Amino acid sequence: MNIQFRESQETASPLTSKTAIADCDIHPARATRTELYPYLAKRWQHHLEVYGVHAYQGMMEGPPYPKAQPNASRRDAYPPEGGPQGSSLSFMQKQLLDRNNVQLGVLNPLGTGQGIRNHELSAALCSAINDWQIDKWTSKDKRLKASIVVGNEDGLSAAAEIRERAGDKNFVQVLLLSRNVEPLGQRRYWPIYQAAEEAGLPVGVHAFGFGGNPITPSGWPSYYIEEMVGHSQCQQSALASLVLEGVFERFPKLKMVMIEAGFGWAPSLAWRLDKVWQRLRSEVPHVKRPPSEYIREQVWWTTQPMEDPERREDLFDVINWIGWDRLLFATDYPHWDYDEPSRVLPAGVSEANREAFYLGNAKKLYGIA
Amino acid sequence: MARHVIAPVNELPPGTRKLLEIDGRPIAVFNIKGEYFGLMNRCPHQGAALCEGPLIGLAQSRDPGEIEYTKLGEIIRCPWHGWEFDIRTGQSYCDPRRFRVKAYPAHVEPGASVVKGPYVAETIPVTVESDYVVVEL
Repeated sequence: MNIQFRESQETASPLTSKTAIADCDIHPARATRTELYPYLAKRWQHHLEVYGVHAYQGMMEGPPYPKAQPNASRRDAYPPEGGPQGSSLSFMQKQLLDRNNVQLGVLNPLGTGQGIRNHELSAALCSAINDWQIDKWTSKDKRLKASIVVGNEDGLSAAAEIRERAGDKNFVQVLLLSRNVEPLGQRRYWPIYQAAEEAGLPVGVHAFGFGGNPITPSGWPSYYIEEMVGHSQCQQSALASLVLEGVFERFPKLKMVMIEAGFGWAPSLAWRLDKVWQRLRSEVPHVKRPPSEYIREQVWWTTQPMEDPERREDLFDVINWIGWDRLLFATDYPHWDYDEPSRVLPAGVSEANREAFYLGNAKKLYGIA
Repeated sequence: MARHVIAPVNELPPGTRKLLEIDGRPIAVFNIKGEYFGLMNRCPHQGAALCEGPLIGLAQSRDPGEIEYTKLGEIIRCPWHGWEFDIRTGQSYCDPRRFRVKAYPAHVEPGASVVKGPYVAETIPVTVESDYVVVEL
Protein backbone atom coordinates (compact mmCIF):
# COMPACT_ATOMS: atom_id res chain seq x y z
CA MET A 1 0.00 0.00 0.00
CA ASN A 2 1.31 3.38 -0.98
CA ILE A 3 1.02 5.70 1.98
CA GLN A 4 2.91 8.67 0.62
CA PHE A 5 1.07 11.93 0.37
CA ARG A 6 1.52 15.54 1.30
CA GLU A 7 -0.85 18.28 2.26
CA SER A 8 -1.79 20.33 -0.77
CA GLN A 9 -0.25 23.78 -0.79
CA GLU A 10 -1.86 24.88 -4.00
CA THR A 11 -4.45 27.61 -3.90
CA ALA A 12 -5.38 27.02 -7.51
CA SER A 13 -4.72 24.61 -10.29
CA PRO A 14 -1.31 24.44 -11.96
CA LEU A 15 -2.89 25.30 -15.31
CA THR A 16 -1.02 28.56 -15.56
CA SER A 17 -0.40 30.73 -18.56
CA LYS A 18 3.26 31.33 -19.22
CA THR A 19 2.44 33.93 -21.84
CA ALA A 20 3.26 37.41 -20.59
CA ILE A 21 -0.01 39.24 -20.03
CA ALA A 22 -1.50 42.52 -18.95
CA ASP A 23 -4.35 42.49 -16.45
CA CYS A 24 -6.38 45.63 -17.00
CA ASP A 25 -8.85 45.25 -14.14
CA ILE A 26 -7.43 44.48 -10.69
CA HIS A 27 -9.26 45.54 -7.53
CA PRO A 28 -7.04 46.43 -4.59
CA ALA A 29 -8.82 46.55 -1.22
CA ARG A 30 -8.16 48.22 2.10
CA ALA A 31 -7.14 45.82 4.86
CA THR A 32 -8.83 47.88 7.57
CA ARG A 33 -11.62 50.43 7.81
CA THR A 34 -9.21 53.20 8.76
CA GLU A 35 -6.43 52.40 6.30
CA LEU A 36 -7.01 55.66 4.42
CA TYR A 37 -6.80 57.85 7.52
CA PRO A 38 -3.10 58.66 7.10
CA TYR A 39 -4.03 60.25 3.76
CA LEU A 40 -7.05 62.15 5.04
CA ALA A 41 -7.06 65.47 6.85
CA LYS A 42 -8.17 65.24 10.50
CA ARG A 43 -11.26 67.17 9.51
CA TRP A 44 -12.41 64.34 7.21
CA GLN A 45 -11.46 61.56 9.62
CA HIS A 46 -13.69 63.28 12.16
CA HIS A 47 -16.44 63.74 9.57
CA LEU A 48 -16.40 60.04 8.69
CA GLU A 49 -16.63 59.00 12.34
CA VAL A 50 -19.52 61.37 13.09
CA TYR A 51 -21.53 61.48 9.87
CA GLY A 52 -20.32 58.63 7.68
CA VAL A 53 -20.63 58.48 3.93
CA HIS A 54 -23.86 59.16 2.06
CA ALA A 55 -24.32 57.78 -1.43
CA TYR A 56 -26.89 59.02 -3.92
CA GLN A 57 -28.76 55.81 -3.33
CA GLY A 58 -30.69 56.22 -0.11
CA MET A 59 -30.97 53.82 2.81
CA MET A 60 -27.95 51.93 1.70
CA GLU A 61 -24.95 50.49 3.48
CA GLY A 62 -22.92 48.40 1.14
CA PRO A 63 -24.14 47.04 -2.18
CA PRO A 64 -27.87 46.56 -2.75
CA TYR A 65 -27.53 42.84 -3.49
CA PRO A 66 -25.25 40.25 -1.90
CA LYS A 67 -22.63 39.36 -4.47
CA ALA A 68 -22.55 35.57 -4.82
CA GLN A 69 -19.31 35.10 -2.88
CA PRO A 70 -17.98 36.98 0.19
CA ASN A 71 -16.98 40.54 -0.81
CA ALA A 72 -17.87 39.53 -4.37
CA SER A 73 -14.53 37.73 -4.33
CA ARG A 74 -12.92 34.39 -4.90
CA ARG A 75 -13.10 32.28 -1.77
CA ASP A 76 -9.48 31.27 -2.20
CA ALA A 77 -8.30 34.89 -2.29
CA TYR A 78 -8.28 35.66 1.46
CA PRO A 79 -4.72 36.70 2.32
CA PRO A 80 -3.03 34.36 4.80
CA GLU A 81 -2.29 37.30 7.11
CA GLY A 82 -6.00 38.18 7.31
CA GLY A 83 -8.04 41.02 5.87
CA PRO A 84 -10.36 41.03 2.87
CA GLN A 85 -9.54 39.64 -0.55
CA GLY A 86 -7.28 41.93 -2.57
CA SER A 87 -5.85 43.71 0.50
CA SER A 88 -2.39 42.09 0.54
CA LEU A 89 0.28 42.98 -1.99
CA SER A 90 2.40 39.90 -1.24
CA PHE A 91 -0.54 37.55 -1.68
CA MET A 92 -1.65 39.33 -4.86
CA GLN A 93 1.87 38.92 -6.20
CA LYS A 94 1.83 35.21 -5.43
CA GLN A 95 -1.72 34.38 -6.49
CA LEU A 96 -2.11 36.67 -9.48
CA LEU A 97 0.98 38.49 -10.76
CA ASP A 98 3.70 35.83 -10.49
CA ARG A 99 1.49 32.86 -11.25
CA ASN A 100 0.10 34.39 -14.43
CA ASN A 101 3.20 36.22 -15.60
CA VAL A 102 1.46 39.59 -15.40
CA GLN A 103 3.71 42.32 -16.80
CA LEU A 104 1.24 45.16 -16.41
CA GLY A 105 -1.54 45.29 -13.84
CA VAL A 106 -3.99 48.20 -13.81
CA LEU A 107 -5.55 48.93 -10.42
CA ASN A 108 -9.19 50.00 -10.26
CA PRO A 109 -10.17 50.58 -6.63
CA LEU A 110 -13.90 50.35 -5.95
CA GLY A 111 -15.99 51.49 -3.02
CA THR A 112 -13.88 54.60 -2.78
CA GLY A 113 -14.94 58.22 -2.74
CA GLN A 114 -16.96 58.19 -5.94
CA GLY A 115 -20.67 58.84 -5.99
CA ILE A 116 -20.80 60.50 -2.59
CA ARG A 117 -23.26 63.34 -2.08
CA ASN A 118 -20.86 65.48 -0.07
CA HIS A 119 -18.57 66.60 -2.88
CA GLU A 120 -15.81 67.90 -0.61
CA LEU A 121 -15.69 64.58 1.20
CA SER A 122 -15.78 62.79 -2.16
CA ALA A 123 -12.78 64.75 -3.42
CA ALA A 124 -10.84 64.17 -0.19
CA LEU A 125 -11.49 60.41 -0.24
CA CYS A 126 -10.55 60.11 -3.92
CA SER A 127 -7.31 61.98 -3.35
CA ALA A 128 -6.57 59.76 -0.35
CA ILE A 129 -7.21 56.62 -2.40
CA ASN A 130 -4.79 57.87 -5.04
CA ASP A 131 -2.05 58.52 -2.46
CA TRP A 132 -2.74 55.09 -0.96
CA GLN A 133 -2.43 53.42 -4.37
CA ILE A 134 1.08 54.80 -4.74
CA ASP A 135 2.17 54.05 -1.17
CA LYS A 136 0.75 50.57 -0.82
CA TRP A 137 0.85 49.25 -4.38
CA THR A 138 2.54 50.95 -7.34
CA SER A 139 5.68 52.08 -5.50
CA LYS A 140 6.15 48.54 -4.17
CA ASP A 141 5.67 46.64 -7.44
CA LYS A 142 6.56 48.24 -10.75
CA ARG A 143 4.19 45.93 -12.62
CA LEU A 144 1.26 47.70 -11.00
CA LYS A 145 -0.15 50.97 -12.33
CA ALA A 146 -2.99 52.94 -10.79
CA SER A 147 -6.15 54.58 -12.06
CA ILE A 148 -6.80 58.12 -10.89
CA VAL A 149 -10.00 57.93 -8.85
CA VAL A 150 -11.98 61.17 -9.10
CA GLY A 151 -15.06 62.62 -7.46
CA ASN A 152 -17.05 62.18 -10.64
CA GLU A 153 -20.14 64.21 -9.76
CA ASP A 154 -18.14 67.42 -9.36
CA GLY A 155 -16.42 67.78 -12.73
CA LEU A 156 -14.24 70.69 -11.66
CA SER A 157 -12.72 69.08 -8.59
CA ALA A 158 -12.33 65.84 -10.55
CA ALA A 159 -10.43 67.73 -13.26
CA ALA A 160 -8.23 69.32 -10.58
CA GLU A 161 -7.33 65.87 -9.23
CA ILE A 162 -6.46 64.67 -12.74
CA ARG A 163 -4.23 67.71 -13.36
CA GLU A 164 -2.47 67.17 -10.05
CA ARG A 165 -1.64 63.57 -10.98
CA ALA A 166 -0.91 64.20 -14.67
CA GLY A 167 2.62 63.19 -15.62
CA ASP A 168 2.98 60.92 -12.58
CA LYS A 169 4.04 57.57 -14.02
CA ASN A 170 2.23 55.72 -11.22
CA PHE A 171 -1.05 56.51 -13.00
CA VAL A 172 -2.19 55.32 -16.42
CA GLN A 173 -5.90 56.18 -16.60
CA VAL A 174 -8.78 58.08 -15.04
CA LEU A 175 -11.46 55.95 -13.40
CA LEU A 176 -15.21 56.57 -13.63
CA LEU A 177 -18.08 54.24 -12.81
CA SER A 178 -21.01 53.40 -15.05
CA ARG A 179 -23.82 54.33 -12.68
CA ASN A 180 -23.81 58.05 -12.15
CA VAL A 181 -26.32 60.74 -11.36
CA GLU A 182 -26.70 61.49 -15.07
CA PRO A 183 -25.63 59.72 -18.29
CA LEU A 184 -21.89 60.13 -18.77
CA GLY A 185 -22.08 62.34 -21.85
CA GLN A 186 -23.67 65.21 -19.88
CA ARG A 187 -21.82 68.47 -19.62
CA ARG A 188 -21.18 68.21 -15.87
CA TYR A 189 -18.64 65.49 -16.69
CA TRP A 190 -16.91 67.35 -19.53
CA PRO A 191 -14.18 68.89 -17.36
CA ILE A 192 -13.10 65.31 -16.60
CA TYR A 193 -12.76 64.48 -20.28
CA GLN A 194 -10.97 67.73 -21.01
CA ALA A 195 -8.40 67.15 -18.26
CA ALA A 196 -7.92 63.52 -19.27
CA GLU A 197 -7.41 64.45 -22.90
CA GLU A 198 -4.87 67.11 -21.93
CA ALA A 199 -3.03 64.62 -19.73
CA GLY A 200 -3.09 61.98 -22.47
CA LEU A 201 -4.82 59.54 -20.12
CA PRO A 202 -7.60 57.14 -21.16
CA VAL A 203 -10.82 57.32 -19.16
CA GLY A 204 -11.95 53.94 -17.88
CA VAL A 205 -15.64 53.41 -17.16
CA HIS A 206 -15.99 50.52 -14.77
CA ALA A 207 -19.33 48.79 -14.20
CA PHE A 208 -20.98 49.53 -10.82
CA GLY A 209 -21.41 52.64 -8.73
CA PHE A 210 -24.51 54.03 -7.07
CA GLY A 211 -25.91 56.99 -8.92
CA GLY A 212 -29.29 57.06 -7.22
CA ASN A 213 -31.15 55.53 -10.17
CA PRO A 214 -32.54 51.98 -10.33
CA ILE A 215 -29.78 49.58 -11.30
CA THR A 216 -31.53 48.42 -14.45
CA PRO A 217 -33.14 50.70 -17.05
CA SER A 218 -36.54 49.20 -16.23
CA GLY A 219 -36.36 49.52 -12.46
CA TRP A 220 -35.23 47.52 -9.46
CA PRO A 221 -34.87 43.81 -10.24
CA SER A 222 -35.57 40.83 -8.00
CA TYR A 223 -32.30 39.03 -8.47
CA TYR A 224 -28.56 39.62 -8.39
CA ILE A 225 -28.31 37.84 -11.73
CA GLU A 226 -30.36 40.70 -13.21
CA GLU A 227 -27.96 43.23 -11.77
CA MET A 228 -25.08 41.28 -13.34
CA VAL A 229 -26.53 41.52 -16.83
CA GLY A 230 -27.77 45.04 -16.13
CA HIS A 231 -24.18 46.30 -16.20
CA SER A 232 -23.99 45.90 -19.95
CA GLN A 233 -27.28 47.81 -20.33
CA CYS A 234 -25.88 50.61 -18.20
CA GLN A 235 -22.67 50.79 -20.24
CA GLN A 236 -24.73 50.95 -23.42
CA SER A 237 -26.59 53.98 -22.09
CA ALA A 238 -23.32 55.58 -21.07
CA LEU A 239 -21.74 54.99 -24.46
CA ALA A 240 -24.77 56.26 -26.37
CA SER A 241 -24.72 59.38 -24.21
CA LEU A 242 -21.00 59.95 -24.83
CA VAL A 243 -21.55 59.73 -28.58
CA LEU A 244 -24.78 61.70 -28.81
CA GLU A 245 -23.81 64.53 -26.46
CA GLY A 246 -20.81 65.07 -28.70
CA VAL A 247 -18.10 64.13 -26.20
CA PHE A 248 -16.06 62.25 -28.80
CA GLU A 249 -16.55 65.08 -31.30
CA ARG A 250 -15.55 67.72 -28.75
CA PHE A 251 -12.57 65.68 -27.44
CA PRO A 252 -11.20 63.84 -30.49
CA LYS A 253 -8.10 62.56 -28.68
CA LEU A 254 -10.10 61.18 -25.76
CA LYS A 255 -9.78 57.42 -25.28
CA MET A 256 -12.48 55.57 -23.35
CA VAL A 257 -12.14 52.09 -21.87
CA MET A 258 -15.32 50.14 -21.15
CA ILE A 259 -14.46 47.97 -18.16
CA GLU A 260 -16.27 44.85 -16.98
CA ALA A 261 -19.47 45.10 -18.95
CA GLY A 262 -18.76 42.74 -21.83
CA PHE A 263 -18.32 43.76 -25.44
CA GLY A 264 -20.55 41.42 -27.43
CA TRP A 265 -23.24 44.10 -27.49
CA ALA A 266 -20.98 46.72 -29.07
CA PRO A 267 -21.69 45.96 -32.74
CA SER A 268 -25.48 45.94 -32.39
CA LEU A 269 -25.48 49.16 -30.35
CA ALA A 270 -23.34 50.82 -33.00
CA TRP A 271 -25.56 49.56 -35.81
CA ARG A 272 -28.66 50.85 -34.05
CA LEU A 273 -27.07 54.21 -33.37
CA ASP A 274 -25.96 54.55 -36.98
CA LYS A 275 -29.38 53.71 -38.33
CA VAL A 276 -31.27 56.10 -36.08
CA TRP A 277 -28.65 58.82 -36.54
CA GLN A 278 -29.24 58.74 -40.31
CA ARG A 279 -32.89 59.59 -39.68
CA LEU A 280 -32.60 61.93 -36.70
CA ARG A 281 -29.28 63.66 -37.26
CA SER A 282 -30.90 67.07 -37.34
CA GLU A 283 -31.61 66.65 -33.61
CA VAL A 284 -27.90 66.23 -32.87
CA PRO A 285 -26.08 68.15 -35.61
CA HIS A 286 -22.96 68.25 -33.41
CA VAL A 287 -22.62 64.50 -34.05
CA LYS A 288 -20.96 64.89 -37.41
CA ARG A 289 -20.05 61.32 -38.24
CA PRO A 290 -21.84 57.98 -37.90
CA PRO A 291 -21.73 56.97 -34.21
CA SER A 292 -19.94 53.72 -35.02
CA GLU A 293 -16.95 55.67 -36.28
CA TYR A 294 -16.42 57.39 -32.94
CA ILE A 295 -16.88 54.11 -31.10
CA ARG A 296 -14.39 52.22 -33.20
CA GLU A 297 -11.81 54.99 -33.05
CA GLN A 298 -12.05 56.08 -29.43
CA VAL A 299 -13.27 53.09 -27.39
CA TRP A 300 -11.37 50.11 -25.95
CA TRP A 301 -12.88 47.14 -24.07
CA THR A 302 -11.64 45.01 -21.22
CA THR A 303 -12.35 41.31 -21.64
CA GLN A 304 -13.68 40.17 -18.30
CA PRO A 305 -16.48 39.12 -18.45
CA MET A 306 -15.56 37.47 -21.73
CA GLU A 307 -18.48 36.62 -23.94
CA ASP A 308 -18.68 32.86 -24.08
CA PRO A 309 -20.92 31.84 -26.97
CA GLU A 310 -21.47 28.25 -27.90
CA ARG A 311 -19.78 28.71 -31.27
CA ARG A 312 -16.34 30.30 -31.08
CA GLU A 313 -16.98 31.72 -34.57
CA ASP A 314 -19.66 33.95 -33.04
CA LEU A 315 -17.09 35.38 -30.63
CA PHE A 316 -14.61 35.93 -33.44
CA ASP A 317 -17.28 37.71 -35.51
CA VAL A 318 -17.83 40.20 -32.70
CA ILE A 319 -14.11 40.72 -32.11
CA ASN A 320 -13.48 41.16 -35.82
CA TRP A 321 -16.02 44.00 -35.85
CA ILE A 322 -14.60 45.64 -32.72
CA GLY A 323 -11.02 45.04 -33.80
CA TRP A 324 -8.36 42.74 -32.33
CA ASP A 325 -6.47 45.93 -31.46
CA ARG A 326 -9.25 47.12 -29.12
CA LEU A 327 -9.48 44.38 -26.51
CA LEU A 328 -7.60 44.54 -23.21
CA PHE A 329 -7.28 41.33 -21.24
CA ALA A 330 -8.53 41.52 -17.65
CA THR A 331 -9.08 39.02 -14.84
CA ASP A 332 -11.11 41.18 -12.42
CA TYR A 333 -9.02 39.74 -9.57
CA PRO A 334 -9.92 39.07 -6.77
CA HIS A 335 -13.59 39.12 -7.69
CA TRP A 336 -15.52 35.91 -8.02
CA ASP A 337 -16.17 36.21 -11.75
CA TYR A 338 -12.39 36.24 -12.30
CA ASP A 339 -11.26 35.02 -15.73
CA GLU A 340 -8.43 32.50 -15.85
CA PRO A 341 -5.94 33.70 -18.51
CA SER A 342 -5.22 30.27 -19.91
CA ARG A 343 -8.90 29.44 -20.35
CA VAL A 344 -10.68 32.39 -21.89
CA LEU A 345 -9.50 32.62 -25.48
CA PRO A 346 -10.55 29.75 -27.75
CA ALA A 347 -8.06 28.10 -30.09
CA GLY A 348 -7.77 29.39 -33.61
CA VAL A 349 -6.40 32.87 -32.94
CA SER A 350 -3.25 33.97 -34.74
CA GLU A 351 -0.13 34.54 -32.67
CA ALA A 352 -0.17 38.27 -33.46
CA ASN A 353 -3.77 38.64 -32.31
CA ARG A 354 -3.14 36.59 -29.16
CA GLU A 355 -0.21 38.81 -28.25
CA ALA A 356 -2.27 41.96 -28.85
CA PHE A 357 -5.19 40.54 -26.86
CA TYR A 358 -3.12 39.51 -23.84
CA LEU A 359 -0.52 42.27 -23.70
CA GLY A 360 0.23 44.42 -26.72
CA ASN A 361 -2.95 46.49 -26.84
CA ALA A 362 -2.72 47.35 -23.16
CA LYS A 363 0.93 48.37 -23.30
CA LYS A 364 0.21 50.58 -26.27
CA LEU A 365 -2.90 52.21 -24.82
CA TYR A 366 -1.38 52.81 -21.40
CA GLY A 367 1.98 53.88 -22.78
CA ILE A 368 4.03 51.15 -21.12
CA ALA A 369 7.30 50.37 -22.87
CA MET B 1 -4.78 0.81 -8.61
CA ALA B 2 -2.78 2.08 -5.67
CA ARG B 3 -4.45 2.77 -2.35
CA HIS B 4 -3.41 5.77 -0.34
CA VAL B 5 -4.03 6.27 3.36
CA ILE B 6 -5.45 9.75 3.88
CA ALA B 7 -6.02 10.12 7.58
CA PRO B 8 -7.15 8.32 10.70
CA VAL B 9 -10.93 8.37 10.82
CA ASN B 10 -11.00 10.58 13.90
CA GLU B 11 -9.08 13.27 12.03
CA LEU B 12 -11.79 13.53 9.40
CA PRO B 13 -15.08 13.86 11.29
CA PRO B 14 -18.40 14.39 9.49
CA GLY B 15 -18.64 17.73 7.70
CA THR B 16 -14.88 18.08 7.27
CA ARG B 17 -12.60 17.68 4.31
CA LYS B 18 -8.91 17.20 3.66
CA LEU B 19 -6.94 18.48 0.69
CA LEU B 20 -3.95 16.46 -0.44
CA GLU B 21 -1.67 15.92 -3.34
CA ILE B 22 -1.38 12.30 -4.38
CA ASP B 23 0.87 11.30 -7.26
CA GLY B 24 0.95 14.95 -8.32
CA ARG B 25 -2.82 15.22 -8.40
CA PRO B 26 -4.77 17.56 -6.12
CA ILE B 27 -7.40 15.52 -4.31
CA ALA B 28 -9.98 16.42 -1.70
CA VAL B 29 -11.58 13.86 0.59
CA PHE B 30 -14.87 14.67 2.31
CA ASN B 31 -16.71 13.08 5.20
CA ILE B 32 -20.40 13.65 4.61
CA LYS B 33 -22.53 12.23 7.43
CA GLY B 34 -20.13 9.34 7.90
CA GLU B 35 -19.64 8.57 4.22
CA TYR B 36 -16.40 9.38 2.47
CA PHE B 37 -15.99 10.82 -1.00
CA GLY B 38 -12.96 11.84 -3.02
CA LEU B 39 -12.97 14.55 -5.60
CA MET B 40 -10.36 15.97 -7.93
CA ASN B 41 -9.62 19.40 -6.53
CA ARG B 42 -9.92 21.13 -9.87
CA CYS B 43 -13.01 22.70 -11.38
CA PRO B 44 -13.52 21.44 -14.95
CA HIS B 45 -14.68 24.92 -15.96
CA GLN B 46 -11.64 27.18 -15.47
CA GLY B 47 -9.47 25.14 -13.14
CA ALA B 48 -10.10 26.67 -9.71
CA ALA B 49 -9.29 24.67 -6.58
CA LEU B 50 -12.84 23.36 -6.48
CA CYS B 51 -12.89 21.98 -2.95
CA GLU B 52 -12.04 25.30 -1.32
CA GLY B 53 -15.62 26.30 -1.98
CA PRO B 54 -18.51 25.88 0.47
CA LEU B 55 -20.70 22.82 0.79
CA ILE B 56 -24.28 23.78 0.07
CA GLY B 57 -27.55 22.15 -0.90
CA LEU B 58 -29.27 21.81 -4.23
CA ALA B 59 -31.94 24.37 -5.03
CA GLN B 60 -34.44 23.23 -7.63
CA SER B 61 -37.80 24.48 -8.76
CA ARG B 62 -40.65 22.96 -10.75
CA ASP B 63 -42.48 26.24 -11.02
CA PRO B 64 -41.76 29.84 -10.06
CA GLY B 65 -42.42 30.16 -6.35
CA GLU B 66 -41.82 26.49 -5.59
CA ILE B 67 -38.35 25.86 -4.30
CA GLU B 68 -37.02 22.52 -3.16
CA TYR B 69 -33.72 22.54 -1.28
CA THR B 70 -32.21 19.09 -0.94
CA LYS B 71 -28.85 17.32 -0.65
CA LEU B 72 -27.83 19.69 2.12
CA GLY B 73 -24.05 19.62 2.57
CA GLU B 74 -23.57 17.39 -0.47
CA ILE B 75 -23.03 19.98 -3.19
CA ILE B 76 -19.66 21.69 -3.58
CA ARG B 77 -19.76 25.22 -4.94
CA CYS B 78 -16.67 26.40 -6.83
CA PRO B 79 -14.85 29.24 -5.03
CA TRP B 80 -14.59 31.23 -8.26
CA HIS B 81 -17.66 31.05 -10.46
CA GLY B 82 -20.07 29.19 -8.25
CA TRP B 83 -20.46 26.09 -10.43
CA GLU B 84 -22.08 23.35 -8.38
CA PHE B 85 -21.08 19.67 -8.31
CA ASP B 86 -22.51 16.69 -6.47
CA ILE B 87 -19.85 15.39 -4.07
CA ARG B 88 -21.18 11.84 -4.48
CA THR B 89 -20.81 11.66 -8.24
CA GLY B 90 -18.91 14.73 -9.41
CA GLN B 91 -21.90 15.56 -11.57
CA SER B 92 -22.50 19.14 -12.60
CA TYR B 93 -26.16 20.05 -12.40
CA CYS B 94 -26.21 22.82 -14.92
CA ASP B 95 -24.13 23.65 -17.92
CA PRO B 96 -25.22 27.11 -18.95
CA ARG B 97 -23.06 27.04 -22.05
CA ARG B 98 -24.87 24.12 -23.65
CA PHE B 99 -28.29 24.47 -22.11
CA ARG B 100 -30.84 23.99 -24.85
CA VAL B 101 -34.52 23.13 -24.57
CA LYS B 102 -34.11 20.99 -27.65
CA ALA B 103 -31.53 18.79 -26.02
CA TYR B 104 -33.85 17.68 -23.22
CA PRO B 105 -37.04 16.04 -24.50
CA ALA B 106 -40.06 16.44 -22.27
CA HIS B 107 -40.73 12.79 -21.47
CA VAL B 108 -41.06 12.00 -17.78
CA GLU B 109 -38.61 9.80 -15.91
CA PRO B 110 -37.17 9.84 -12.38
CA GLY B 111 -34.77 12.71 -12.04
CA ALA B 112 -35.80 14.12 -15.41
CA SER B 113 -35.84 17.59 -13.93
CA VAL B 114 -32.10 17.34 -13.31
CA VAL B 115 -30.16 18.77 -16.20
CA LYS B 116 -26.77 17.14 -16.46
CA GLY B 117 -24.05 19.02 -18.24
CA PRO B 118 -20.96 17.53 -19.84
CA TYR B 119 -18.68 18.95 -17.17
CA VAL B 120 -18.09 16.22 -14.63
CA ALA B 121 -15.59 16.63 -11.81
CA GLU B 122 -13.40 13.57 -11.48
CA THR B 123 -14.37 11.46 -8.49
CA ILE B 124 -12.06 9.12 -6.64
CA PRO B 125 -13.30 6.05 -4.73
CA VAL B 126 -12.67 6.24 -1.00
CA THR B 127 -12.97 3.40 1.51
CA VAL B 128 -12.62 3.21 5.28
CA GLU B 129 -10.09 0.50 6.13
CA SER B 130 -9.79 -0.33 9.79
CA ASP B 131 -9.49 3.12 11.28
CA TYR B 132 -8.02 4.93 8.31
CA VAL B 133 -9.59 6.72 5.39
CA VAL B 134 -8.13 5.33 2.18
CA VAL B 135 -8.43 6.70 -1.30
CA GLU B 136 -7.94 4.59 -4.42
CA LEU B 137 -6.19 6.18 -7.31
